[in-house]
Amino acid sequence: MTATEPLSGSPAPAAPGRTLNLTLRVWRQAGPDAPGAFEDYDAPGISVDMSFLEMLDVVNERLVEQSREPITFDHDCREGICGTCSLMINGRPHGPQRGTATCQLHMRKFADGDTIVIEPWRAEAFPVVRDLAVDRGAFDRIVEAGGYITVNSGSAPDANLIPIPKSVADAAFDAAACIGCGACVAACPNGAAQLFTSAKLAHLNLLPQGQAERYKRTEAMVDTMEELFGSCTNHGECEAACPKEIPIDFIALLNKDYLRAKLKNRRYLSRKP
Amino acid sequence: MAQATTPAPSSTHTRGPVTGTARDANRKRAPFLIEFYRSAVGKKYVMAITGIMIMGFVFAHMVGNVKMYLGPAEFDTYAEFLRQILVPIFPRTLFLWLLRLGLITAFVLHIHAAYGLTVINHKARPVKYASKRDYVAANYASRTMRWSGIIVGLFIVFHLFDLSWTGTGFHYYRGAAYENVAHSLERPLVALIYIVANLALGLHLFHGAWSIFQSLGWNNPRFNKWRRGFAIAFAGLITVVNVSFPIMVQAGVVGHVG
Repeated sequence: MTATEPLSGSPAPAAPGRTLNLTLRVWRQAGPDAPGAFEDYDAPGISVDMSFLEMLDVVNERLVEQSREPITFDHDCREGICGTCSLMINGRPHGPQRGTATCQLHMRKFADGDTIVIEPWRAEAFPVVRDLAVDRGAFDRIVEAGGYITVNSGSAPDANLIPIPKSVADAAFDAAACIGCGACVAACPNGAAQLFTSAKLAHLNLLPQGQAERYKRTEAMVDTMEELFGSCTNHGECEAACPKEIPIDFIALLNKDYLRAKLKNRRYLSRKP
Repeated sequence: MAQATTPAPSSTHTRGPVTGTARDANRKRAPFLIEFYRSAVGKKYVMAITGIMIMGFVFAHMVGNVKMYLGPAEFDTYAEFLRQILVPIFPRTLFLWLLRLGLITAFVLHIHAAYGLTVINHKARPVKYASKRDYVAANYASRTMRWSGIIVGLFIVFHLFDLSWTGTGFHYYRGAAYENVAHSLERPLVALIYIVANLALGLHLFHGAWSIFQSLGWNNPRFNKWRRGFAIAFAGLITVVNVSFPIMVQAGVVGHVG
């Protein structure tokens, strides 16, 4: 029991002062072309209330105090909405908790005495920058290829100006929840970016505003994706790793729209004035 | 009509389109099917469509083989029927050869697309994870598709030598379907090869028969829950029935032709 009353609705805090003694096995790599290797670090006295990234902050502070090089890792908002954090934790992107980004993963999910293996995401299109940080610029190439509406649409229109069935809006929103973290690529045994690309396609292709450029967008984005990434073999690993739990149903939509795009775009092109 | 003041447009100096689709229109494009097949998504379509064709064959092959349990006469009559399909219209075995050609094409494309996709996928992750992966959704079948496919492919070559071309070391009589099957499967080692190959086929179908729906974009909340069930039922049926033949011949239930 704690002395302070928890705020109504919030979960009871864990017993104060409960800490874990952990061993971290972290991938260290000085630069993109430098050879990398695992190094072990003792991490005693880690509070169960820390997030995974806060735990790494503590370890880094200790490393700096000992004049050693801190571990480089990507992070930004730390509230699960920016898609900057990454990390392969014990063989799973974003660690063991489903639907959770690394920044929202808490140390209470681990047990005292655990060895935690932390590796950067591996894909040809995601080169390691340093230690655990990778360059996910390849995702930007895909979005640049057509993940937007070309015309300037001005400021936000009135809500309900364009009627959209609720189920369609919901599906588009599920796809738009993608934060572009790259866990799908990291999880995929083929290093495929199908879930990311399909989410970026679906959140526009499902809505009325996205129809005019639907097929141009689909062909351009999928072709760009294929230049950079592997190809889907329907394992479903991406869906399980996605911190936003985006379903692979969108990949089926990508496949359907890509065939349509290939047919329709040729038809549009053959229309000479 | 053209004004006298403007020079006649010459074919060597025309203002070309500047942007967008107008420019793309002049891009050289391969025929649709070839261009589509060049893409990885197109290869997945080919995997799925040829997969459906091969599944149709596998199912029909299994149904035909069940006639083994009805005795030599029924089995050999069915074998002869296959050669006689559409006989008054086509000469004997012609239609069977057309089916075979379709099947061979399907196999060649299935293997070619699989090879192409494997190359793409290996290039996509040249540096493997140094730590052990903890797979959540990928199953044994989905991760061994290449190996189960290779096993089935090699088995098909063996199977053709065994029962269609030369026989493999038993008294092979061309056209005597029942006798050949019985004599071949009487050998324990051969029976074992048939069993292992069909288990690999079952594994391949377990992932493949589900995968088809995704690859072709057949995704709908109304029937999504049946997709996995269909794959399990199809793979299970094929495996159980096909594996029963070598087992039953070994057990002496069928295949006594003296």
